[in-house]
Amino acid sequence: MVAVLPSGGAKFEQARVGRRKSTPYLLLIPGLAWLTVFFLVPLFSLAQTSLMNARQPGNPDAGFLPGFNVANYSSAMQAYLEQYARSFEYAAMATVLALIIAYPLAYFIAFRSGRFKNFLLVLVVAPFFASFLIRTYAWRTILADDGFVTQFINNLGLLPDHRIIATPIAVVAGLTYNFLPFMTLPLYSSLEKIDVRLIEAAGDLYAKPFTGFRKVTVPLSLPGVVAGTLLTFIPAAGDYINAQLLGGPTDRMIGNVIDSQFIQIRDYPTAAAMSFVLLVTILVVVTVYVRRAGTEELL
Amino acid sequence: MAEQARIEDLHLVHVTKSFGTFTAVDDLSLTVPGGGFFALLGPSGCGKTTTLRMVAGLETPSEGQILLGDRDITTRRPYERSINTVFQSYALFPHLDIFENVAFGLRRQGVKGAEVEQRVNAVLELVELTALARRKPAQLSGGQQQRVAVARALVNRPDVLLLDEPLGALDLKLRRQMQIELKRIQSEVGTTFIHVTHDQEEAMTMADTIAVMNAGLIEQMGAPAEMYDLPRTAFVANFLGQSNLVHGQITGRDGADLLVRVPGGEVRLPANRAADDSGGLIIGVRPEKMRIAYKDEQNVNRVRGEVLDVSFTGVATQYTVETPWDPDRPVTVFELNDEGAPEVKAGDNVELVWEYGFTFGLDGDDDLDAGNELAAEAAEVAEAADAEDE
Repeated sequence: MVAVLPSGGAKFEQARVGRRKSTPYLLLIPGLAWLTVFFLVPLFSLAQTSLMNARQPGNPDAGFLPGFNVANYSSAMQAYLEQYARSFEYAAMATVLALIIAYPLAYFIAFRSGRFKNFLLVLVVAPFFASFLIRTYAWRTILADDGFVTQFINNLGLLPDHRIIATPIAVVAGLTYNFLPFMTLPLYSSLEKIDVRLIEAAGDLYAKPFTGFRKVTVPLSLPGVVAGTLLTFIPAAGDYINAQLLGGPTDRMIGNVIDSQFIQIRDYPTAAAMSFVLLVTILVVVTVYVRRAGTEELL
Repeated sequence: MAEQARIEDLHLVHVTKSFGTFTAVDDLSLTVPGGGFFALLGPSGCGKTTTLRMVAGLETPSEGQILLGDRDITTRRPYERSINTVFQSYALFPHLDIFENVAFGLRRQGVKGAEVEQRVNAVLELVELTALARRKPAQLSGGQQQRVAVARALVNRPDVLLLDEPLGALDLKLRRQMQIELKRIQSEVGTTFIHVTHDQEEAMTMADTIAVMNAGLIEQMGAPAEMYDLPRTAFVANFLGQSNLVHGQITGRDGADLLVRVPGGEVRLPANRAADDSGGLIIGVRPEKMRIAYKDEQNVNRVRGEVLDVSFTGVATQYTVETPWDPDRPVTVFELNDEGAPEVKAGDNVELVWEYGFTFGLDGDDDLDAGNELAAEAAEVAEAADAEDE
């Protein structure tokens, strides 16, 4: 008995340790399965599509054959370089605008709102209660040519085209509005985490309020700035609703191109190639940006 | 680094601070001697941290003035006064390394490169952290972070350095070590240190002058040994160490001594150690000043009683003795285990004696329990902090 018990105990211990080690992997399975079925497989299929050959060149309706036609990429880029560049231009403008609007807002909610904090946070996410599409349609009315916003700004002589709707201003305004909560919330959460003692300490160490803000608050809120700009920039670069509903024919973005290639023209290889270019470009931009921001250790 | 010039005193003149209807600090007047180590001691919620924050400029007094030397600094912003704080949670900037944390105040004051380097290195040497200059605060232990916080404040050569419970988060052993360390640093730089704490032992170990604060008021101020020897209120008697207290009536005078009738006998004490010379008086004596009589002794106060409990603590033995003074308030006696104290066990009848000169007399209207519960609470808080660190 005495000799058997310890060895039995050791085995039991071993089994327990083994189970404990495998637990994290077991927990990963549902997520991995989901990603495999709904991300990796479609991604692979998209890659395959982007390299297909047309059965009859110039007539997409005739269908496509599997192949390895790398030229799809260069022809797509040549045809749509303008929309491609415009996407990143609009997305960058919307991101900067959203940052300028969201930072003071998040700062106010985090430090100055007192008992209204939760109420204000609900207001920030309140737009999500209505559909993205409905809200963007609403902006058509707000920015309509005979609406008071356009009239008012036009009377100030600030509009070269005498209208807002169907101009780049409307598209960038729509993008900024639609992604503002994605900028505000991460900013709020990183500002809210800042220990107010640190700001007091900065004042105690001869920093005037604005210097303290610049030297302590801003660096400590950088993770929120990085997260917020990514969450705004990435979806904005691929967005097509705003350009479609608020922009004119000359304001089309890469999303609109992909949309029309897939749904209307049915030139699947071109659409797939554009999607891939967009995906890779965003990946590169994000990687460079996160490296540059130097916030890996803060994230 | 020691300044030869006379270091200015800090004066608080009739300072009051209210938050809504709550008065945190009530008409406080206080002079902190320049160049000394000053402790503001009191239980949590007594207003000591608010007082410190007003000196730092982080709060503005509702009434009254704060003077540094003869300059009125009451309404100066924190960045306009030459006073630096070591925060309770250290408040080190997590995004800056140790060097830059320490250099922060110098750079804000426009000190230039080479001098910054030289001053930061000097102060890092003082706190023995030179080797860690390029680490981030999160990579340091609690004790090291604490020393960075001290260095970051000291490097500015402030007129006054404020320490807000700086050792609260450290474990007992490290705390003892840092007490000695801080004392050494203070005597090396000669800056006025104001140290806020609820730990009476810490205050007595470190400070040249202690002010005991209670409910927004200063109860008593003085050198630790003086205050321990002759507390002026029941709160101080109970909060700063322990005391046996009993109500008595003054019956007469014999030369320089007062005679006081207490339940079950009479006590004699020097008149200059009593708060009053007629009427009611609270008689007090420290537990270690009392001893169990085993031989005939002259010129001592006496009280008889029955031993309820004996607990041996190694260095000393603590006796709990029920006396006629107040059956609900047994007397505590500490006897050093040095001269083979008499074999005493629970249930024995003993006579307790102490010299006249060790007796003190407090205002008869004081509450015998003032400071008592609070002392227990403060000890609890300190213990909880210790337990957390383990």
